[in-house]
Amino acid sequence: MKPLLVTPAPHMKSKDTNARVMLDVLIALLPATVAALFFFGFNAVIIILTGLISAWIFELIALKLKKAPVTRADLRSASITGLLLALIIAPSVPWWMVVVGTFIAIFIAKHAFGGLGHNIFNPALIGRAFMVASWPILMTAWLKPFDAIATATPLATVNPAPATYLQLFLGNVGGSMGETSALALLIGAAYLFYRQAIEWRLPFAYLGTVVVISLIFRVDPVFQLLSGGLMIGAFFMATDPVTTPVTKPGRLIFGIGCGIITMVLRMGAGYPEGVCYSILLMNATTPLLDRYARGRIFGYK
Amino acid sequence: MNSLPQNVILSRVMSKTFPGGIHPSEHKKRSKKEQIRKAADPKIAVIPLCQHIGTPAEPLVNVGDIVKIGQPLGDSERYVSAAVHASIGGKIIAIEPRLTPFGAKVLSVVIENNGDQDVHPSVRPYPNFKDLSKTDIRKIIRGAGIVGLGGAAFPTRVKLQPPPDKVIKTIIINGAECEPYLTCDYRLLIEQPKKVILGLKAIMKPTDALEGIIAIEDNKPEAITAIQKAIDEEVSHHNLRVAVLKTKYPQGAEKQLIKAITKREVPSGGLPADVHCIVNNVGTAVAIAKALTTGMPLIERIVTVTGGSISEPSNLLVRIGTPFSELVEQCGGFLEEPTKIIMGGPLMGISVPSIDVPVIKATSGILVPSKKELDDLEPEPCIRCAKCVDSCPQYLLPNLLGDASENDRFDLSKSYGALDCIECGVCSYVCPAKRNLVQLIKLSKNELLRKK
Repeated sequence: MKPLLVTPAPHMKSKDTNARVMLDVLIALLPATVAALFFFGFNAVIIILTGLISAWIFELIALKLKKAPVTRADLRSASITGLLLALIIAPSVPWWMVVVGTFIAIFIAKHAFGGLGHNIFNPALIGRAFMVASWPILMTAWLKPFDAIATATPLATVNPAPATYLQLFLGNVGGSMGETSALALLIGAAYLFYRQAIEWRLPFAYLGTVVVISLIFRVDPVFQLLSGGLMIGAFFMATDPVTTPVTKPGRLIFGIGCGIITMVLRMGAGYPEGVCYSILLMNATTPLLDRYARGRIFGYK
Repeated sequence: MNSLPQNVILSRVMSKTFPGGIHPSEHKKRSKKEQIRKAADPKIAVIPLCQHIGTPAEPLVNVGDIVKIGQPLGDSERYVSAAVHASIGGKIIAIEPRLTPFGAKVLSVVIENNGDQDVHPSVRPYPNFKDLSKTDIRKIIRGAGIVGLGGAAFPTRVKLQPPPDKVIKTIIINGAECEPYLTCDYRLLIEQPKKVILGLKAIMKPTDALEGIIAIEDNKPEAITAIQKAIDEEVSHHNLRVAVLKTKYPQGAEKQLIKAITKREVPSGGLPADVHCIVNNVGTAVAIAKALTTGMPLIERIVTVTGGSISEPSNLLVRIGTPFSELVEQCGGFLEEPTKIIMGGPLMGISVPSIDVPVIKATSGILVPSKKELDDLEPEPCIRCAKCVDSCPQYLLPNLLGDASENDRFDLSKSYGALDCIECGVCSYVCPAKRNLVQLIKLSKNELLRKK
């Protein structure tokens, strides 16, 4: 008989893997991706493909430079970054800008900080923030849905204000590609909850804070919830496990912080949208929250 | 399941539990219906003098001595220790360090079986249970070498003598058996419910406890029914009851069990007695009952032999000192060559270095998983998903504790509560990155205890 394997307990593990966690996020992003393709047609195809392919290429180069093995989790994580970045930019953005954005996201925001699991800021959001800072006009040239199919050139900026709740909910308004349809994002979020891939504290603290602040300052809370990048931010960006706190009180504080900063930026700053910066700012607090916003340990008062 | 009494059905609806935990697949099906059967006595029994937490016993016999069943082989004057006894009759052929399931060599008495079935004269029945005083009961438990049979092997006598300033109200018999695969406690609950109750009453007496509770998970309705029936048949049963628990791991962990039943939390670094409880395993209760009625010390226990590699999974009544290999043979042998042999359950059990190690008092199961059941994947970086945080029954932050251990930051481990870890393994089980978090936390614990 060959020698027995001696290993520490436990000798039984769940079937969950990093790769599976990533796959769940990709599956949850499918409805929003389909909505983007439906509303913005050919532009969406180009941007999404560019995002995905460039993310894979940059990921492979980075891993090669680090002499690290290429795992399924690495590739899926890069796919999430590429797809998310594509979904949070305007459909009129030229493809080469998407390549620059994914380069910043994968190379600078992720691998420069140590790669998968080690980055402080959400890579896709860093990519977008870089693009907004570099090409502010191109990045805010929103397209009206369906029109993009008829004309290849960007139309005038569409202000989402006259949209009805139903239009906002379905996504039939101007905006970033994957952000417009609250319905599609909620279907994806429901899947993430079903798979227990995300937890209620953070997204609901975020959305709840937005509603409360809206009510205090007499702005329409439904409009605040359904417009802009709030839905994709609350359910897909602020729930990115790597860049958000692991402690339960930390998750609540993170969500509330995101809500406050979002509303401050929306109501009082030069930018029309605050979701991206609110999450990035709160990302910076994650290590502090993990250390100081700890919960109670069993057996302590 | 339909024949369950009304009160059992009702209590199942209101099953109690603790926050956190996991629901691993049970894998109990193959052995749960197997009646306990007596395993053959070993040809050679290897009986380690230290099978418990505490001071090893000193040998009381010499090489060449002929011993009888139940004869003391070793004992110690120290408080936290336990006696060991001859499990078979025969000649002592060696007293030397032998390999134990834990991987270390421990001074052991080796007996060659001579087929003698006579019991040692010191083994004699005690008077009626009613006539035994508190001191008698403690003495009998001490003399019988009884330790916690759930796996920890802590000397039971010590447990039954809490610090004088602690008031004990509740004795809990732990029949949760939340580890997958194991069915030894389940079979005892079904087959020997009266002994379980007697054991419970014997623990209640010296501790002046007000109530006795038998805690069973709600996936074991037959056991709940059997125990409820045995309670109803007791003459005086106003202070005995069954507590039905949700099926969840680690429901049988002492602190989580007390929390589920009494809603009280054992304070950090404290004892169950701090919240007026003492918890004992089903097997321990039965061992106490046996010692009280027949005078026979702890020389045998129930062992579940199971796992994908075992042909005929069984629940065996095994003499202490029987090598694992003989038991596997009596269960039809292996279906495939074993990769790993585990003593205990898959979540807290230890993998043994050899199939020739003996069954000791702490051996609740011999688990031999098939290759398919063992899927060890390479660890990947933590993605901070916090599944470990959300499932930790002690509300710790296992991923951050793991990081602290990896970076030798034991100061951080301490402030993150490493010493409050109960080593249940839930964090390692849920981790999608396949980090062995509980092992990293144990590293910190060892380091912190060493420095103390």
